[in-house]
Amino acid sequence: MDDSGRFVARHVATLPKSGIRDFFAIVSKMKDAVSLGIGEPDFVTPYHIREAAISCLEKGRTSYTDNRGTQQLRDEISRYVAQYYGPEYNPENEILVTIGVSEALDILLRAVLNPGDKVLYHEPCYVSYAPSVTLCHAVPLPIRTLSSDQFALDPAALRAAWQPGSKVLVLNFPTNPTGGTADRAKLQEIAKFAIEKDLLVVSDEIYSELTFDGDHVSIASLPGMRERTVFLHGFSKAFAMTGFRIGYACGPAAVIDGMLKVHQYGIMCASIISQEAAVEALRNGRESMLHMRDKYRERRDFIVRRFNELGLPCHLPRGAFYAFPQVSVTGLDSMTFASKLLEQQKVAVVPGTAFGAAGAGFCRASFSTSYERIHEACERIGRFMDTVQKR
Amino acid sequence: MNSVLKLILEGESLDTAQIGKILGMGPEAVERELADLRRQGILLGWRPIINPSYEAERRVRAVIEIKIRPEGVGGFDGLAERISAFEQVESCYLMSGGYDLLVVVTADNLYKVAGFVHERLARIDGVQGTSTHFFLRAYKKDGFIVSDEGLRRDQPSVSP
Repeated sequence: MDDSGRFVARHVATLPKSGIRDFFAIVSKMKDAVSLGIGEPDFVTPYHIREAAISCLEKGRTSYTDNRGTQQLRDEISRYVAQYYGPEYNPENEILVTIGVSEALDILLRAVLNPGDKVLYHEPCYVSYAPSVTLCHAVPLPIRTLSSDQFALDPAALRAAWQPGSKVLVLNFPTNPTGGTADRAKLQEIAKFAIEKDLLVVSDEIYSELTFDGDHVSIASLPGMRERTVFLHGFSKAFAMTGFRIGYACGPAAVIDGMLKVHQYGIMCASIISQEAAVEALRNGRESMLHMRDKYRERRDFIVRRFNELGLPCHLPRGAFYAFPQVSVTGLDSMTFASKLLEQQKVAVVPGTAFGAAGAGFCRASFSTSYERIHEACERIGRFMDTVQKR
Repeated sequence: MNSVLKLILEGESLDTAQIGKILGMGPEAVERELADLRRQGILLGWRPIINPSYEAERRVRAVIEIKIRPEGVGGFDGLAERISAFEQVESCYLMSGGYDLLVVVTADNLYKVAGFVHERLARIDGVQGTSTHFFLRAYKKDGFIVSDEGLRRDQPSVSP
């Protein structure tokens, strides 16, 4: 009998498993399933970027790098962020290359949180936010966002959720799973509040290049925000480089230094191969990135129109590659809807509750897949809707 | 670009009903668009792309560089159109550089290609010389990578 569970720390033992894992276990055993459950690009990394990785191996560049990342990559990141987001970061001490945004978020929270500190973030959100906060013995404070606001963060809701002891505000626009975005006016109000309450803002902008309507604005570019914001970004979504595991953090030097300590003891450095591929992506990847973005936009228009035709109310996500239809109109909760849809029509979507309580009544459907699959999935969902509505 | 044409060119195998659903139009409207594209000479036809290692596809392919003398025989166009008319000819292009026409031919075996070159091409008045190169192996064909494994991805079916 395995009773090694007694060794597991209390705060880890009580941490719930990701709802996505549970669902993955069921789908992976099923044949002929059409999956809209994938949270990554269906494109293969553009060849010129893969070729840069091949060339790195070929030339025998297989060593550790500077803990902060290669000088070349930090220079490119500095240039790229200044050009497309506004703020200028010094490659010497204000940029840290990480193993994707996931590592960046984790080490940032570990670098800044004391036990009992509170962290505000908007929900539904990426699955790791609340657990990462809990792992720091800190307290997650979710702020509910609403489909009637297209899942934008309402500054009034932020104010209402604030509690004494709040130290960090995590933002993610465009948002996984809702595709919510924030315009300049909203961000300005949020920024004003952050300054008033002396919050450190963590801005996860991993989907920013995949903004379909309007311009993406980074909160780090607003007056007074650069010195209290850590900008997190990476290559996975925009350049279809998920498997490279490469991201970065830009922020004020003292915070980046704190992150660097956690990073150097835990990780040492990101893979040199991925770093060289990332340099190529920043230098020459814009054209392929824009091409992929156009494809996502076309697929978005199709899937959202079909969901609405099928009787599943769905707002038009302004960024990322997820549709977030309201499935509660069928009388089923998100988990039941997703399970029955999978069981009866073999279509996988992710129940909204995997992204926090605010996701109840919704499901996430990725449109990062071929037209053929989206079309087939919608046909099957149509048949499923007939059975639930006739009931 | 015409939206129907754009979708076809993306290389997904969609039928007219699927195309209609995606573009928000009826299948009849898609058929009409396709007919228009044919009438305008934009869409020339359809052809499946088969892996050359498939048995029925194991035919001999060759490119032939042809030097021609265009005077008095209808010029480059006249000769090129004559050569294009042979059923063995898959494609025919007028080229810049060391030769004039580039012709791709397909036949059941090497002798049939050889026969085509010396019995047909060489006899045409205006053909001055030919140079024939046989295809040995395909690595990429019409935009598709040709390999036994293809592009295999170990992608999870659900991920965050």
